Amino acid sequence: MSDRTPVIVGVGLSDYPKAPHLDGLGHHAQALQRALADSGLAKGELDGYAGVGMGADQAPTFTEYLGIKHHRYIDGTMTGGSSFEFHIQHAAAAIRQGLCEAVAITYGSNFLSAMGRSLGTGGFLSAGQRVAGTAQYEAPYGNTLVGSYALAARRHMHEFGTTSEQLAAIAVGVREYAGLNPSAMYRDPITVDDVVGSRLIADPLHKLDCCVVSDGGGAIIVTTAERARDLRQPPVYVLGAAGSQTHWNISQMPDFTSTAAASCGPEALAQAGIRPDEIDTLQLYDSFTITVMMLIEGLGLCPKGEGGAFVAEGNLRKGGRVPLNTDGGGLSSCHPGMRGIFLLAEATRQLRGQAGEAQVPDCSIAVACGSGGWLSCIGAVVLGKDHP
Amino acid sequence: MEVREVETWTRPTPAGDGAGAPFWAAAAEGRLLIQHCPACGWRQFYPRPICIACGADPDWEEASGRGRLHTFTVVRQNGAEPFRGQLPYVVAMIDLEEGPRMMGNVTGCEVDDVFIGMPMAAYAVKVSDDVGVVFWEPATIGS
Repeated sequence: MSDRTPVIVGVGLSDYPKAPHLDGLGHHAQALQRALADSGLAKGELDGYAGVGMGADQAPTFTEYLGIKHHRYIDGTMTGGSSFEFHIQHAAAAIRQGLCEAVAITYGSNFLSAMGRSLGTGGFLSAGQRVAGTAQYEAPYGNTLVGSYALAARRHMHEFGTTSEQLAAIAVGVREYAGLNPSAMYRDPITVDDVVGSRLIADPLHKLDCCVVSDGGGAIIVTTAERARDLRQPPVYVLGAAGSQTHWNISQMPDFTSTAAASCGPEALAQAGIRPDEIDTLQLYDSFTITVMMLIEGLGLCPKGEGGAFVAEGNLRKGGRVPLNTDGGGLSSCHPGMRGIFLLAEATRQLRGQAGEAQVPDCSIAVACGSGGWLSCIGAVVLGKDHP
Repeated sequence: MEVREVETWTRPTPAGDGAGAPFWAAAAEGRLLIQHCPACGWRQFYPRPICIACGADPDWEEASGRGRLHTFTVVRQNGAEPFRGQLPYVVAMIDLEEGPRMMGNVTGCEVDDVFIGMPMAAYAVKVSDDVGVVFWEPATIGS
């Protein structure tokens, strides 16, 4: 019997954090070239594709642009920044089922070069603009992307006594890793005082509670364990993948202190047969510090409401129990509109033992958990170094 | 709820279309409508032609216009007009007495005086005959 266990065999990142020489499609192409070179797989072997864009171009454009013709499997699932964790869930099932042999997942955006730093607080609407659909119930009120996460942070503080200093500890730890990544946007160390002393963007979130806006892209190649045997890199096994959703628009969030990680996290871990305390590194969507706190609580790293103490104890820091975002994360390194694919890339780098100074010792289990929309759609992926 | 006229409305404007058209038109007349499911009793906002709990056809119900502040943020940076010229301002989630929760702005007090649990009262700003937009201010005793 051929071993159809799904594995990641190739990872590529395009130039970041600022790459004015590339447009969004160019990021897809460069990242895919690098992932193919990394894997040793020939481009013609790709018979599956998954991807998503921030703009009008979506999966059928990307397959045309990249020349992934006559594919047998395509997935354009759009759940915001977590799309790529959902893509892994689907690709793993497709590989297992024999729908295809090798899936490329790609993302790319020139967000910073094209739009500046307008994503968080620039607004997507113009004065007097007529807004239809579900967005019309929020559009008149001037909420921002940062403001949406601030609504959750404020409620978390109210219910659990979480403090700005505890949230800041997340940004401080991620910045320490950014210092080890020559490509990271911001590399100088910061302190808790720096974070809480930075200007408030939307109370209680400060500037340094927010991720960067960058250019960038990534590509991931998924195939069978069988095919991986004579490829270039040690395979990284997809041990579990699950995704769920509580809302899309922030005003429909049923519980402002809880995300769908509380359901899909345990599901993905159960598939892998892993307990939360067996995770060696976390690659979590750090759009904002509060995003990380809600994801660790959902994943079961600590009980709900105790995330503040958990991060303040340094558990997520370099040398801590379960180091977080060892590439410098979205908070300090790279966040080109969507970040989910970078979580998978960094988890793979760690499990291969290729993370250099940022390498987590004895790293055999990594969890990549994306949050898309406004804490809306969560995708959790458990990756392992060893064959299950 | 009280209806207030504005001389110029420059905010993004709800289209007032689809299943929510009766909500927007009622707000322009000072009535805050939510939906109530005759089959299962679920109350919901925003309006849809389906009860999200059981799938039946929901009825309209007039809400009291009273609620409590569930959570909020003070927006201090927004590059988009007209909001840029109104900073800082409060964006809040309001729990209606009847159960559903809606987004709104809190006006009529300093941003630093807003707190979770604060009793709130709704008012409407009439944008057109078809669209009124609901805002909130601190409830005064007896209101």
